[in-house]
Amino acid sequence: MRYLPLTLDDRQVMLAAIGAADLDALYRDVPASARLKAPVDLPMHAGEMAVEREIGALAAKNRAAGQGPFFLGAGAYRHHIPAAVDHLIQRSEFLTSYTPYQPEIAQGTLQYLFEFQSQVALITGMEVANASLYDGATACAEAVLMALRVTRRKRAILSGGLHPHYRETVATALSFMAEEALLLPADASGAEDLLSRIDPETACVVVQNPTLFGHIADLSSLAQACHDKGALLIVAVSEVVSLGAVRPPGAMGADIVVAEGQSIGLPLSFGGPYLGLFATREKFLRQMPGRLCGQTLDEDGRRGFVLTLSAREQHIRREKATSNICTNCGLCALAFCIHLTLLGEAGFTHLARLNHRLAAQAAARLGALPGVRLLNSGFFNEFTLALPVPAAPLVEALAAQGVLAGVPLSRLYPDDAALANLLLVAVTETNSSEDIDRLAAAIAGGL
Amino acid sequence: MLNRQGRESAPTGTSRPAAAGMPGHRGLQLEEPLSFEQGQAGRSGVDLPPLPVGEDCLGGLARQGEIGLPGLSEPQTVRHFVRLSRQNYAIDMGAYPLGSCTMKHNPRLNEKLARLPGFADLHPLQPLSTVQGALELIDRLAHWLKILTNMPAVAMSPAAGAHGELCGLMTIRAALAAAGDARQRVLVPESAHGTNPATAAICGYQVESIPAGPDGRIELAALTARLGPDVAALMLTNPNTCGLFENEILAVAEAVHAAGAYFYCDGANFNAIVGRVRPGDLGIDAMHINLHKTFSTPHGGGGPGAGPVVLSERLAPFAPLPYVVHGPQGFRLVEQAGEPGHAPIGRMKSFHGQMGMFVRALAYMMSHGADGLAQAAGDAVLGANYLLARLSDVMSASFPGPCMHEALFDDRFLKDTGVTTLDFAKALIDAGYHPMTMYFPLVVHGALLFEPTESESRESLDELIATLRRLAAAAQAGAVEDFRAAPRYAPRRRLDETMAARKPVLRWRPAQGGTAK
Repeated sequence: MRYLPLTLDDRQVMLAAIGAADLDALYRDVPASARLKAPVDLPMHAGEMAVEREIGALAAKNRAAGQGPFFLGAGAYRHHIPAAVDHLIQRSEFLTSYTPYQPEIAQGTLQYLFEFQSQVALITGMEVANASLYDGATACAEAVLMALRVTRRKRAILSGGLHPHYRETVATALSFMAEEALLLPADASGAEDLLSRIDPETACVVVQNPTLFGHIADLSSLAQACHDKGALLIVAVSEVVSLGAVRPPGAMGADIVVAEGQSIGLPLSFGGPYLGLFATREKFLRQMPGRLCGQTLDEDGRRGFVLTLSAREQHIRREKATSNICTNCGLCALAFCIHLTLLGEAGFTHLARLNHRLAAQAAARLGALPGVRLLNSGFFNEFTLALPVPAAPLVEALAAQGVLAGVPLSRLYPDDAALANLLLVAVTETNSSEDIDRLAAAIAGGL
Repeated sequence: MLNRQGRESAPTGTSRPAAAGMPGHRGLQLEEPLSFEQGQAGRSGVDLPPLPVGEDCLGGLARQGEIGLPGLSEPQTVRHFVRLSRQNYAIDMGAYPLGSCTMKHNPRLNEKLARLPGFADLHPLQPLSTVQGALELIDRLAHWLKILTNMPAVAMSPAAGAHGELCGLMTIRAALAAAGDARQRVLVPESAHGTNPATAAICGYQVESIPAGPDGRIELAALTARLGPDVAALMLTNPNTCGLFENEILAVAEAVHAAGAYFYCDGANFNAIVGRVRPGDLGIDAMHINLHKTFSTPHGGGGPGAGPVVLSERLAPFAPLPYVVHGPQGFRLVEQAGEPGHAPIGRMKSFHGQMGMFVRALAYMMSHGADGLAQAAGDAVLGANYLLARLSDVMSASFPGPCMHEALFDDRFLKDTGVTTLDFAKALIDAGYHPMTMYFPLVVHGALLFEPTESESRESLDELIATLRRLAAAAQAGAVEDFRAAPRYAPRRRLDETMAARKPVLRWRPAQGGTAK
């Protein structure tokens, strides 16, 4: 067995040193009735070729996004990942190290976390960011829990423009804390009235920008209304590339910004692992969840980095911790950090504008198809089309023709008949103009 | 000046002679500034197509002003991160006996398979007809987990161990609520990982700590005394954080169930028993499995993890969305509540789980097979017991063997030497190792917890043992100053954690002006 260095002889020598007759003797604390006498009913060990063949066969049953025109988004986006990113994250020193508990021999991890926190704070327009959480939805739930702690109130208002997975993740968390989540109905038009719902019991309002349906809103007056009533404004960003072109939440008065970082450096990977970004104001620092990396000096006066403010965390505070989180998404944060470093200011802003212009072209084209209506005026790289027919069967039919046309809203809201004809279309730098031509032709042909 | 290192000619210390090249470089050990300190405006490491002609439709909300990101070319970026990488210790470099963390070898086949376009380039919301292989892989991994644990159901979506704990406790709370039972307390042994009490609190429970018995295990009498009609669950780690199997576990399970409570097992240490003992045979109702521990998905400097939760028949109906089922037309993904016989607690995260980790874990499981997994667990236990046996005369073992996959020592052997567990750990760094886990579990004084894992050869274990024996002898021989000065040979010497916490500097800021928009 290629992963096990001990030989039969080694095992005998070691057992002799221990003074045990056999391996089973080392398991003597296990009740005899629970000790298996034979291997469980699963296949025996296999070589690389056999495993590769079998798992490769499963992969081959799927239709990879890159096999044809592809326009899916709704919280996960297909962007080009520079080759250097995947090479660098597979360096042994990054891939096979643990959480940096011994900072003297983990400066590599700690420094990139510091750079990552700096990048996240800058692009969101916030003062501080943590070293990452699991994904956008869990980051959103952590943000709401933090808002409840900060305000000592019990109600969270969740916009109808917020991704339903984020809404459900928040609602699930709150349902176990006897806190209240007010889930507003799906807001396809972007005309939802949040201001009138904020009252002195409101801990926070959670909105997404751009919304699930693609609408971009100026959140300044909403932020003001929240602050007037002592509530926090939480802004979720499910397409982080948008921050290269759209005014960031921090500049519109957000108190907490959470984002899905997948778009920068991470493959679609059927939904995970992704990367939760979390940024806030400095005054809430000690209420933040998750790991934080901070700058300090070593005994020789050289700059170095450590995990810090751990008095918030579960391994110190146990049941009084700000969160139960332990693992963050270190390697995903590294991929994000490398990709954004490669992009730099010029590349990031250009990438964002490129996405937007391509999407704008596609929106104009598709919105002009007979019977099709574009629901958005302002959007980033994703927009909603109202079709004259239900979207899901059309998407299925186009998939059979090799075009993955978008996400039918009924996939996310199967019980909302008003959304049945809506199709969410995302366009990124990976889409060629030929892709857009094929999509337009396919939709026109399918109606 | 004062010779703080106790070594006359060491090229360290504030008086380090300037090297001929960049300040701070020492041979292959290269200092690296922040990316923010080396960027140039207008430089980029990517080439993108020009913007198409057209109008913006950003609703008047275009970003204004500079963000403040540095500009680096590709070679600069590659060099930056390669230099950073070389300041890390890693499993691929040497033994990493960090107890409770399971730093085992990460096979590269798993990395290769997770990157197949059929998995990596797959959107989670594609039509189900286009992702049948992905659903089948999730289903197959679930099958392996159920067989290995002898449990009837598994929730696949939790993103890490602590997330799995939360999922497990939520299902317990939901099952109790469905029975009209509003129990308020969760019992957690004091030796537990900090995530256990933190999770119970987030799930709305009051946490009650149970002291460990003198043999490092839960005491049945102490447990029974605290069980009652208000206890929702016991959260017990098994094997526990002292590296011991809870030998009264069957009686524990019986007592918990007799009180109407559920038995949650923290499966962080499942790697000690996988293929040899099935949690379902121990009376457990729910247990998370850290795929990044037992099944070798890389730790990646702290994630991503994956924490599927196996569930008993009574808890299975409450498993979160989504989940994979077999339908007449192949695999189906249930993403909404409303299936008969199912009352999901809700949703734990976006989409369907840590697919990239699933591929890696399944590849690892298939490579080992039923026989190899049992052998791996056995070798891990053997290695830890070997350490315990070969070190017990010079270091103070907290409990007599046999242990499971990790060997626990306390700091009695350092008594009156002036050397602390921390100093000992830092000296181990100078000797070329990643230290053991220190000061955890909390139930012994100055804990040193070693988990060598099955990936270490006997030669490697012998070297580690020799090093530890030498360090223990040095401590007892009065070399306290050497210990206090360690590490000397790491990229950094000891870092001032107090300063970091008192005046937090958590991000780069430009030297003057130019604040971020």
